[in-house]
Amino acid sequence: MKSVALTIVEPAEAPDPAGLQPAPAPDATTETASRERKPLEALARAILLPAITFGLVLLGWTIMQAAFVPSFPDVPTVWNKAIEIFSDPFYVYGPNDMGVAWQVMYSLGRVVAGFLLAVAVGIPAGFLIGANKTFEQAWMPLIAILRPVSPLAWLPIGLLIFRAVDPSAIFVIFITSIWPMILNTAAGVKAIPQDYLNVARVLNFNRREMVTKIYVPATLPYMLTGMQLSLGTAWMVIVAAEMLTGGIGIGFYIWDEWNNLSVPSIIVAIVIIGCVGILLEAGMNHIRRRYDYASKQE
Amino acid sequence: MPERSSILQISKVGKTFGTRSGSFEALRDVDLAISGGEFVSIIGHSGCGKSTLLNLVAGLETPTLGGIFLEGQLVDGPGPERAVVFQNHSLLPWLTVYGNVRLAVDKVFAGRKSSAERDAWARQMLDLVNMSDAAEKRPAEISGGMKQRVGIARALAMEPKVLLLDEPFGALDALTRAQLQDSVMDIHARLGNTVIMITHDVDEAVLLSDRIVMMSNGPAAGIGEIHDLTLSRPRRRLELGENLDYIAARSAVMRFLTRNRTDKAA
Repeated sequence: MKSVALTIVEPAEAPDPAGLQPAPAPDATTETASRERKPLEALARAILLPAITFGLVLLGWTIMQAAFVPSFPDVPTVWNKAIEIFSDPFYVYGPNDMGVAWQVMYSLGRVVAGFLLAVAVGIPAGFLIGANKTFEQAWMPLIAILRPVSPLAWLPIGLLIFRAVDPSAIFVIFITSIWPMILNTAAGVKAIPQDYLNVARVLNFNRREMVTKIYVPATLPYMLTGMQLSLGTAWMVIVAAEMLTGGIGIGFYIWDEWNNLSVPSIIVAIVIIGCVGILLEAGMNHIRRRYDYASKQE
Repeated sequence: MPERSSILQISKVGKTFGTRSGSFEALRDVDLAISGGEFVSIIGHSGCGKSTLLNLVAGLETPTLGGIFLEGQLVDGPGPERAVVFQNHSLLPWLTVYGNVRLAVDKVFAGRKSSAERDAWARQMLDLVNMSDAAEKRPAEISGGMKQRVGIARALAMEPKVLLLDEPFGALDALTRAQLQDSVMDIHARLGNTVIMITHDVDEAVLLSDRIVMMSNGPAAGIGEIHDLTLSRPRRRLELGENLDYIAARSAVMRFLTRNRTDKAA
């Protein structure tokens, strides 16, 4: 959720422009010692505590279903439905009846397409706005007006322009992804310390060297933060967009199952959407850490 | 005015900044000639414009009046022949220690040295400041003193005609600072560079310099006094404590600074 509200987020381990000395490492010896002493306990906690939470949710679900909402499916029904869905996720019975894996892949395809378009437009735009006061003054008011608008509001515009659902959904994802990308990149460019620019000036860097050797690497952690936020939000928005556009995709799958009154399928789909979201987040986290120059790993 | 073999001439230089509350005259009528191989310290209270003067020599700022000439050529912008060691080291954090030096070497010697020669030169410079062992580390992984060593290696790698040190040891603890001062003295003795160093540390100025330029307080700061040091080299900090020349130089600078003390600096 937080990724929706926050558009500009400092990179988790912010670069240290002032070059302050690295904070003294926490007492490494005692830490490893205690870690070695109770690795089993830590593992048990990491598995046990979430297991208890899941158990409580299932218990609450069962009680709710039995006592108050009998029309809601019970846990075994959903479990059986999940087994049925996962037993053949890749079936194709025609263009409107495909396995859940295909639904997810179509959704992911739209997200990736819109996301990459937003990278291609948003990052250069962010650089211009961050580096150039004129661009900033010219464009920021427009961005300020458009950014709070739900991306779904653009769907009719997309349908009008493209007269097809697929490009329209991609267009919505593009709009979703572009604001965090522009704003984080611009913030990253503005945060480049004057010292780095002085180094570049003493070395007589030309404009191209300035961009490739100073601006891009210095801004990279911010860009990746923007991408991570974009991707997380895009994955949420695609579900809603597909409910409106229809066709194929995990969002329309939910809507379709609702029309079939197959609530167990909807619950399974929700879990699938959550898991894909976790994977996207983890992937972006991995990439971001890889390029976080302030971190200590090689 | 150009004396014997002066390599750098600062000629009637004045600098006025336009600020929101009107213009501020930082420097007025600064005249200084520096000979090849000389080590000159510029000392003064904070706000006396000594860093402004260094930035003018570096070309990072442009004088309002007068001009600065390096080997007779007017300085009109920054360049590697006037390499700067910045106070806060200014290493690029996404590059390794070696990468930071190599970046400068690649730019300055592009087309003049082969890739293998540039690699050797970068490693030689790291060796000079005793940082070869940390060549593959990132700036975040090394101490402040080590970062400053790398900053010095990067500046020396440009083979500058004048090396500019902007309070290079100001942010370091006393022991690290003493070590680095010894390194700088050693490098100066070996390479014979022309060096201008900004400092507010009297002992540092006396220990390292051939000449100490004392700046009067701003606004419209200028050169107050110049003290020539006759101390022989190599200098050893432990022996200097009882050296009469050292004591004389030290008290001359102290006297000047005390006389020029402002409430702000005191």
